[in-house]
Amino acid sequence: MNPRVDAPAVESAPSARVRRFSRAERWVHRITAALMGVCVVTAACLYIPQLAELVGRRALVVTVHEWSGLLLPLPVLAGLASRAFRADMTHLNRWGPHDGVWLRKALRRVPGARPAAKFNAGQKLYAAWITGATLVMLGTGLMMWFTHLTPLVWRTSATFVHDWLALTIGIVLAGHIGMALGDPEARKGLRTGSVSREWAEREHPLWRS
Amino acid sequence: MGRRVVLGTLGLGALGLVAAPGLQRGLESFLGEAADKDPTGLTGLLPNGGGFRYYSVTSSVPRKDESTYRLTIDGLVDRPASYTLDELRALPQTRMVRDVQCVTGWRVPHTPFEGVRLSRLLDLAGVRSSAGAIRFTCFDGAYTESLTLDQARRADVMVALRMQDKDLSHNHGGPVRLYVAPMYFYKSAKWLSGITVTQKVKPGYWEERGYDVDAWVGKSNGRDDEPTS
Repeated sequence: MNPRVDAPAVESAPSARVRRFSRAERWVHRITAALMGVCVVTAACLYIPQLAELVGRRALVVTVHEWSGLLLPLPVLAGLASRAFRADMTHLNRWGPHDGVWLRKALRRVPGARPAAKFNAGQKLYAAWITGATLVMLGTGLMMWFTHLTPLVWRTSATFVHDWLALTIGIVLAGHIGMALGDPEARKGLRTGSVSREWAEREHPLWRS
Repeated sequence: MGRRVVLGTLGLGALGLVAAPGLQRGLESFLGEAADKDPTGLTGLLPNGGGFRYYSVTSSVPRKDESTYRLTIDGLVDRPASYTLDELRALPQTRMVRDVQCVTGWRVPHTPFEGVRLSRLLDLAGVRSSAGAIRFTCFDGAYTESLTLDQARRADVMVALRMQDKDLSHNHGGPVRLYVAPMYFYKSAKWLSGITVTQKVKPGYWEERGYDVDAWVGKSNGRDDEPTS
């Protein structure tokens, strides 16, 4: 029998869904996203003149920004208690030859399938970069917050790094969200924990082999 | 691999801290020139893009004009007074062109301010011998500032009515703001409505929240900017 004829029936069966994220992982992502969202919105209200004029309340906005930033790493740290989360951290940290192929194809916009395991090379780079960038923002943010704890010259430098990195994070984050908006099945994976078999085999062919 | 990217990003952040003073100077001059040729004004939104930033500590600030604005002078004075905008304009005006330096780092060079020297208003009110400081209040309902009497009597401290050769706009603290040229800009209280002569300095709004009371540019708040006055 031609397997293609069977395909629709298989897709509609419950077994056609593939488990991708545990409940703990989904909550880590949700809370991190919420805190990051608060950071970005309050930052915009402090920084963009039109929003600053609209919102005012500078002391309050600063406090909300400081605390959401300080709490931002906590969901990931709490996630370390979950075995599934630790396993995915290992997946994200591991770079194979197929990741190089994926990245080259993506950068040169070669059409067609790109090889990826559970996470593709772009997701691996994003995860690692946003982790480092968040820690740099946390460090420079603390220098600006507790102004009397660090040597004097550092503070202006911290403001400089914090401002420019914020702008960079804003752009990269917009890319992250834009890509999620373009891929409903990927979003479903983070919302429900499972994705269709067809999507998994197309986007992450090396994941389950 | 992931770990290397994380560490690399952290390393770049640290490198940025070290290189920041030089990079910042370069960017300020580059963006300053670019802003002159940029019709969209988007360069002004970039960090170090130059220009003023808007800060308010309250949710909304009432607007005051010729008919509603009053500046009161009271406390330890012989002749308490209340000035309208026209009365302030009728007093001798002083014009000063200095750099404006904010404690958060931005600086606007060669900014003209025009108004009445604070010392003149104090002399007109007759400051009593027991006085030692001034407390400023604002019609945003929250902001306060302070100066010692000696600081307030300096020639480069004024009650400003005009900035950049235009009447002070609402967003710049108009119609009347304080202008303390030698100090960080948070001392130059916007939306000034009250001058009270007191015995001792009472820390102002941001000073209650950790800023230095004596806010000399380059010699306070842990900063080493070029002095502005």
